[in-house]
Amino acid sequence: MLTLELSVACVMLISLIVYLLTGGADFGGGIWDLFATGPRAKSQRTLITQAIAPIWEANHVWLIVIVVLLFVAFPVAFATISTALHIPLTLMLIGIVLRGSAFVFRTYDVQSDTTHRRWSRVFAIASVITPVMLGITLGAVASGTIHVDVENGQVETDFISAWFAPFPFAIGFFTLTLCALLAAVYLTLETEDPELQEDFRRRALIAALSVGAMAGLSFILSADGAPTIRRGLGSAAWSIPFQILTGAVALWAIWTIWKRQFRLARVLVPIQVILIVFGWGLAQYPYLVTPDLTFSNTAAPDAVLRPILIVLGVGGVLLVPAFWYLYAVFKGAARKTEQTEEEVGTYPDNSA
Amino acid sequence: MSDLLAARAQMAMSLAFHIIFAVVGIAMPLLMVIAEGMWLKTREEVYLTLAKQWAKGTAIMFAVGAVSGTVLSFELGLLWPEFMAYAGPIIGMPFSLEGLAFFLEAIFLGLYLYGWDRIPKYAHWFAGMMVLLGGTFSGIFVVTANAWMNTPTGFSIVNGEVTNVDPIAAMLNPSAFSQALHMTIAAFLAVGFAVAGIHAYLLRRDPDNLFHRRAFAIALSVGTVFAILQPISGDISAKKVAKYQPIKLAAMEAQWETERGAPLRIGGIPDEDAEETRYALEIPKALSFLAHSDFNAEIIGLKEVPREDRPPVTIVHFAFQIMVACGIVLIIAGLLGGWLTWKHKSLPTQDWYLRFVTLCTPLGFIAIEAGWTVTEVGRQPWVIYNIMRTADAVTPMPNLVVPFVSFTVLYIFLSIIVFVLMRRHIFQSPHSYDTL
Repeated sequence: MLTLELSVACVMLISLIVYLLTGGADFGGGIWDLFATGPRAKSQRTLITQAIAPIWEANHVWLIVIVVLLFVAFPVAFATISTALHIPLTLMLIGIVLRGSAFVFRTYDVQSDTTHRRWSRVFAIASVITPVMLGITLGAVASGTIHVDVENGQVETDFISAWFAPFPFAIGFFTLTLCALLAAVYLTLETEDPELQEDFRRRALIAALSVGAMAGLSFILSADGAPTIRRGLGSAAWSIPFQILTGAVALWAIWTIWKRQFRLARVLVPIQVILIVFGWGLAQYPYLVTPDLTFSNTAAPDAVLRPILIVLGVGGVLLVPAFWYLYAVFKGAARKTEQTEEEVGTYPDNSA
Repeated sequence: MSDLLAARAQMAMSLAFHIIFAVVGIAMPLLMVIAEGMWLKTREEVYLTLAKQWAKGTAIMFAVGAVSGTVLSFELGLLWPEFMAYAGPIIGMPFSLEGLAFFLEAIFLGLYLYGWDRIPKYAHWFAGMMVLLGGTFSGIFVVTANAWMNTPTGFSIVNGEVTNVDPIAAMLNPSAFSQALHMTIAAFLAVGFAVAGIHAYLLRRDPDNLFHRRAFAIALSVGTVFAILQPISGDISAKKVAKYQPIKLAAMEAQWETERGAPLRIGGIPDEDAEETRYALEIPKALSFLAHSDFNAEIIGLKEVPREDRPPVTIVHFAFQIMVACGIVLIIAGLLGGWLTWKHKSLPTQDWYLRFVTLCTPLGFIAIEAGWTVTEVGRQPWVIYNIMRTADAVTPMPNLVVPFVSFTVLYIFLSIIVFVLMRRHIFQSPHSYDTL
């Protein structure tokens, strides 16, 4: 039987996964904006802008859901994380502010090449910093270096050592590659221009290999950097088959990208991400902030959790159809032919 | 700068910045929905142009509001971890509901901004209404959580431990209704007059432009309706503060002595060392009446509590005076406009009146900033009134001046950009509507 706090924790994990699959891909769009190269650099950027403009603000709210649930349901964990990881979280916030502002400023500022390029640069760099900092935060939470006096909630770690270490940074860049992979795979289906599709196919392949490399590196570094996770991934009964499954899906995803089966790739890559995050969740259970804080020893009283779960249930009933409608309108099949450049702003044309 | 002061400064600066964008995100959808509704009804193209122009401005403001709101939700923990560890579960209900409302707002805003040609006309209008509802309720729930800090309820403390948490009772704390009402009205009032002021300015340069006439009519009507409602909610708020936070009321009025038949002070300079207020214009017994509906009611003075339990009186008193003064000017502007319309049976475009409304453009926002200064500074030295001191809630993190300066520089930069972009998009006349 799932306890109340674990039910909330599951909602948080699902929200984190959805945030990565949607908001993470928006950051990935920014990454590919930074690396837009070749004769079609401009078309690449326009495609990215059009793809994320109508949905990024809604996608962003998943992060707020996670934060709110964390401080409502696991208040001591929230206080601990925001104390020990003040610096990477602050950098992440600056990234979030700059990414969002630069994106909207770029759409509404004068459509000259210089201005456009300047906002593009800010948008793209912020899109790289933010997921890295998010990953560093998650890596530090998993690492087992944040120590707390459970009795009085005092954090006994300094403000640097928990996150300024190889393992959290590896997770930071692992997150970055996952965002880049998701975005590249989604973008192959956002265009009917075969050359653009090829551009993003190539990027998806590079990102997929980088994901593999970062996964391997993170696993190696976890031996010293995150012993609890390593134990979970290395020795539990579920862990070996689970990792084989994740690896198989990852290889299959690469194969579909290689074979230009983009529709299938768009299903497999998210499954791969879900498995990775889920595997991390399982490996870290029952710790929320390894090694001192567990889900049960930081949970708010049931009198708080029960109404929150009711709100989440009601919220789901309202949000799921609304979210679905948003995606059906902007990501549905009938979309592409109608898309006019005027709606979302486009790159200025030099020839004019 | 001490770490506590830096943390307070960062929080205050973040809130002061965010609130402008949040208020626009709440109230602009009302103007857009009215304009689009008029278009659906009359099929006059000018209304559609208007809704689209306003939507552009809202898109910019909403994006900055959303990201600066995200910063705040993290800052609660980054700056006040002790407070959040204590209060997080108790005020979790309004925050969760706020998340839900904000989610709906963001989803439907995407549909609204980018769906003009994608979804049926009435579905688009419905999306606008959902943005309005989502934004309004989002604001109401956040204010409800703040109200709990002023009048904490829904839990008990046994041997220093929080027990018997009742999130619903905490959400329905005594200040929740009055604060949420006052703030929601303030949002529509401020934005109504700000937009009316901008179009009044443009109308003076371009008097026959139908676009600005329609915009001015809608915005001024909205501003006026909420200006007339605001004194009622102000009265409800004042009575709540008098009952539940008498020391905050005393600071607002710079009332040092406990007395019956206390006067209402207009202006005046509080001297916190001498514990007296000089040069104020005093209206006899008016404060007692306004606070308790009785000319001889007792008003608690600041001297009732030791110095370390008093808020900074000068700041609170001046902020309160500024808020009330701005509010009164806006009420006059609204009533004058209504009277001119009734008398001449036409849009009040007399040059002196347009000039007056132009000057009113920032007043609603100044009133909101001042009002929040009253609420927040007036609660000091407490973060949870009479339960937890602000000094005990701050993070142990050193060098907090660094994030404070970083966010300040960032927000000043963003403010400049937003101002330039708003000028470019909003302060312009579509020339196809030059003639009546």
